[in-house]
Amino acid sequence: MSAEVFSVFYQFADVFAFLILSAAGLAIVFGMMGVINMAHGEFIMCGAYVTVGLVNLGVPLAIAQILAAVTAGLIGVLVEFLVVRRFYKRPLDSLLATWGLSLIVTQSMLLIVGSAVRGIGTPEGSFAIGGYTFSTYRLVLFGCAVAVLVGLYIIFMRTRFGVIARATMQNAAMAKALGARTGRIYAISFGIGTGLAGLCGALYAPTMTLIPTMGATFVVESFVTVVIGGANVLLGTAPAAVLLAMIRMTLNASYGQIIGQIGMLVAVILIIRVLPEGLSSVLVRRGR
Amino acid sequence: MFKLLEGPQTLGRGRMFWTCFLVVLGGALAYPLFADSYDVGNFAYFLIWIFMALGLCLMWGYGGMLSFGQTLFFGIAGYGYGVLAINMGGGTATIAALVLSVALAMIAAGILGYFMIWGGINGIFFGIVTLSATLVLAFFLGQTAGPEWHIGPARLNGFNGMKGMDPLTVGDFYIEGSALYYVLVALIVIVYLALRMLLNSGVGNVIVATRENPQRAEMLGYDVRKYQLLTFVIGSGLAGLSGALYTSWGQFITPSSIGLPAAAMPIVWVAFSGRSDLTATLVGSFLLLFGFQTITVYSQQAALVLMGALLLATVMLAPQGFVLGIGKLVADWWRDRRRGDDAVVTEAGRLQSEEA
Repeated sequence: MSAEVFSVFYQFADVFAFLILSAAGLAIVFGMMGVINMAHGEFIMCGAYVTVGLVNLGVPLAIAQILAAVTAGLIGVLVEFLVVRRFYKRPLDSLLATWGLSLIVTQSMLLIVGSAVRGIGTPEGSFAIGGYTFSTYRLVLFGCAVAVLVGLYIIFMRTRFGVIARATMQNAAMAKALGARTGRIYAISFGIGTGLAGLCGALYAPTMTLIPTMGATFVVESFVTVVIGGANVLLGTAPAAVLLAMIRMTLNASYGQIIGQIGMLVAVILIIRVLPEGLSSVLVRRGR
Repeated sequence: MFKLLEGPQTLGRGRMFWTCFLVVLGGALAYPLFADSYDVGNFAYFLIWIFMALGLCLMWGYGGMLSFGQTLFFGIAGYGYGVLAINMGGGTATIAALVLSVALAMIAAGILGYFMIWGGINGIFFGIVTLSATLVLAFFLGQTAGPEWHIGPARLNGFNGMKGMDPLTVGDFYIEGSALYYVLVALIVIVYLALRMLLNSGVGNVIVATRENPQRAEMLGYDVRKYQLLTFVIGSGLAGLSGALYTSWGQFITPSSIGLPAAAMPIVWVAFSGRSDLTATLVGSFLLLFGFQTITVYSQQAALVLMGALLLATVMLAPQGFVLGIGKLVADWWRDRRRGDDAVVTEAGRLQSEEA
């Protein structure tokens, strides 16, 4: 019996980790600046490529993954400085600008790198409970997703940066008048967002085929999680991921991946009819 | 009724504009007489996409709804035409397949639009929900390779795409080559003029008012949601028309014409051209399609990189669109040249162009 219960938890954890890791970066950027980064998938791809490149050079996997996330974060700060910064007053144009960027990056990668990159296998290791065998790495991914949420809680609720960032989020003009360097806060937040995207790519790199268009695999999940979650990462994205993971897990188990994805999309479309501002608006209102 | 062809919502008016219009139309009609059939076929291929661009221009430029789902409805109607044409047999039934597949796309747009618009989704989220739906359809069709995925005798065939449907046919006459070209030119003229009339009518003014300020439009007594849904259904239906015509043109359709990067193309055309005017969209989209096709022959990736760069350049340098900007410069220059001749006329012209 406990084996069945654990099996259900394992499937849930797998989907939950995927949703949180792919959406966290996007949600932070949206929550702070009201910008949806259409190049999110490309930062995920960047994280994956850096990881695989470093591992092929002989760097241990865990260190390669951390370096990949940092690389994606730094590139994100640069992109914020060069492009995104101009569009905070025009959120729709930021969507177009980052989409243009995404096209440029994906297609240039196809031109330069081509589609042939030697992947790295999923780290070995599995354990058995009852009659079932489970992959350890999938649980590591779940652990990382939880760690990301805890980390974000600490950064945004327990540090000086977090206080200023939340103040900027609530009222940028007032925060600026009180001496917060909002421009720098935005740049750092964008960097954290893209760094998390890089981390997502780094963590899933061993489990996937590396192609320049791999970012597209993640964007639907990250978009719908942010749409349902709304502007608050901790009170929106996390519960949204729990909800969507339950729907997805149930459908995946009975009908397979693609029906799971379609079902998730249908659920999202039904939910926005009722909750257009996302779960976080409801939860935040309750909290007050 | 024809008075509505000109008005505050569309650029271009007066004898000068319509003379240009007729000259271009005349040139388009005469083109197959002195071009070889391969070029005519290529030209027809560009024209197929114009409907999708005009639809997006209506939704985004006039209605203020940035839909990333043009290729979703393109795909629904494209596959719809294929399935219907195969199932109903060829011949004149293909015309019915065309009409029904566009209707199918419009029904799908009505359902998706109802949930989004009545749910109060707008701005950025409108874009990413429509894009999510588009990508999910592309993923779904991509994994339908097995023989169990069929509708009647029509196999969906996964990434290789569906093929084997008849092109548009009347009796025994296949509408291909020059015939298809003339049909497309006629359809574009009809759609273009009809959209001009729609936008300059009362309904069009409400659509624009909704874009400018939804609350104000609502306070004036209009149910803005109905007008938004109408705009979305018409705009998406035009994407569907492109899709059905595309399948008929090449007698095949694949999921790659739905997913990324295809979904970005209509956005690039319309943004580059100038989303706030139909004529600018028409001209700009055609130019971009022509340029894209020319470069694609050498490298598709390079062409797509250029498209991305154009999109980025447009929002950074000319957010209103390049074609529209250049068009306005030319119009200004023309006005200044005439200023010496007739001060009164010039003054009226200036007022009119400010309205637009």
